[in-house]
Amino acid sequence: MKAMFNKEFRGYFNSPTGYIFVGVFLFFCAMFFVNMVIVNQSATLILMFNSMNLICLFLVAILTMKLWSEEMSRKTDQLLICSPVSPWGIVMGKYLAACAVLGVALVFSLIFPVILNIFSNPPLSELISSYLGFILLWCSFIAIGLYISSLTENQMISAILTFGVLFVVFLINYLTSTTHTALWIRKIVGAFALLDRYYDFQLGMVSIPDVIYYFSVIFLFLYLTKQNVVKRRYK
Amino acid sequence: MSVIEIKNLTKKYGTKTVLDKINFTVEKGDIMGLLGPNGAGKSTTMNILTGYLSLTEGSVSVCGFDILENPDEAKKHIGYLPEIPPLYIDMTVLEYLSFVFDLKKIKLDKKEHINSIMGMVKITHVQNRLIKNLSKGYKQRVGLAQALIGDPEILILDEPTVGLDPKQIIEIRNVIRSLGENRTIILSTHILQEVTAVCNKVTIINNGKIAAQDTLENLAGSIGGKGKHQIKVMATREKGAEVIKKIYGLLSFKFEDFDGEISTFVIDCGEKDLRPDVFNAFAKADIPILEFKSAEPTLEEVFIKITAHDKKVKEETNNESNVQ
Repeated sequence: MKAMFNKEFRGYFNSPTGYIFVGVFLFFCAMFFVNMVIVNQSATLILMFNSMNLICLFLVAILTMKLWSEEMSRKTDQLLICSPVSPWGIVMGKYLAACAVLGVALVFSLIFPVILNIFSNPPLSELISSYLGFILLWCSFIAIGLYISSLTENQMISAILTFGVLFVVFLINYLTSTTHTALWIRKIVGAFALLDRYYDFQLGMVSIPDVIYYFSVIFLFLYLTKQNVVKRRYK
Repeated sequence: MSVIEIKNLTKKYGTKTVLDKINFTVEKGDIMGLLGPNGAGKSTTMNILTGYLSLTEGSVSVCGFDILENPDEAKKHIGYLPEIPPLYIDMTVLEYLSFVFDLKKIKLDKKEHINSIMGMVKITHVQNRLIKNLSKGYKQRVGLAQALIGDPEILILDEPTVGLDPKQIIEIRNVIRSLGENRTIILSTHILQEVTAVCNKVTIINNGKIAAQDTLENLAGSIGGKGKHQIKVMATREKGAEVIKKIYGLLSFKFEDFDGEISTFVIDCGEKDLRPDVFNAFAKADIPILEFKSAEPTLEEVFIKITAHDKKVKEETNNESNVQ
């Protein structure tokens, strides 16, 4: 797992992918911070984080599109599968590397709460829970992207599918938030509304069921990815 | 001692049977050529052996470890170079080999081990170059180096010389031959000269079944022709035949051709080496021998005969079942 993590993490920064991800992430953070937080004289980063969630549609697609697709198209998956490493180790190494790139971007983004702290007095608990919710939400998206990447050899198809699926996740959130939708539909699709659970974190409320929910989503998609990798042996 | 044991191995892709209950063993120190026409099932066999593909039925054991029950232990003993070398082309050679070293969780001294392998396959001078900038021959060497990481007992090489130019082919064959001095190697190819040049055992696989498995000499003997020699002498048919008949121990001979001055015979010496007697007999008769060469069947002839026989048997079986 460690070897896989190192290889993937270095790979992100030996190619433009890592820099594009971190650069675009910080650019939009700065833009939303100025236009929404400073202009509205808000003492929290809720507006910035909310807007950033929209950007994840394509940023996560960029981050995860090549994780498995490239291995399959270049036949390097043969090296990984024929090595004495468990499929879990390979999947986890790749997943954690993608999460670590998000981590790099988030470390740089700490500049915004620092700036906010200079001009106002934001509640620390809200900031911490916002970051925690943001990490859990985006890590869930990365797990979904990794799974989609394991379905196709074509990186472009992988990116478009990831974008599409995450877009549906946003639509689900819209369905559950509008009163025009029948209650039973709202309840059923609510189980898939990843964004709904994130809003509580923004208000400083860290609920254990929500944390477990996000970990379950992450585990589910990592498990599906692993199964997909193993299944290829039986094709 | 068998390092690889394959029993009743069957692989099906849907309803298509690619490997049909094949059995074979590979002894320690063997360099075994896995021969077969395209689509015979060579790569599938190798992919199952290395754990890349799963099997439908049967069992595969590597150094005593079952590939399904103990995959990690089995894989530790294998170095695998697939038909398309699994290279990360954006890495340098050194970065790539370092990654493979970590991936395989090798306990040796990293720097020393990688350096010795790069020296073995002669890629030390390109260690800091990006793999994508290397020639096909060097990429193949890097792939071979990857398979050698961890010093595995068994090397499995799937068509290692495919797509290389003649010079590169000879170089890679020499590397493989030197590696075979202290390793067991399975080499898949459809280039028959490669097997003759490198291997001491051959397994012929055809239509997903083992058509033959033996040493090159025994395979030649199995289709007849072992101990046969072709001689060209400067004499008429009658004079030549008269001398040959007097050679003690000769099993038989056959006249082949006379071009007005030179007669060609094929003599069958059987198990004995009668070459000195043949030479002396013609010298005594004052008849010059212009050419003396083995008339044993080449691997090409063995291969064609065996695979053609398989095809014939299959056709006969199909005809019988159609009649029924």
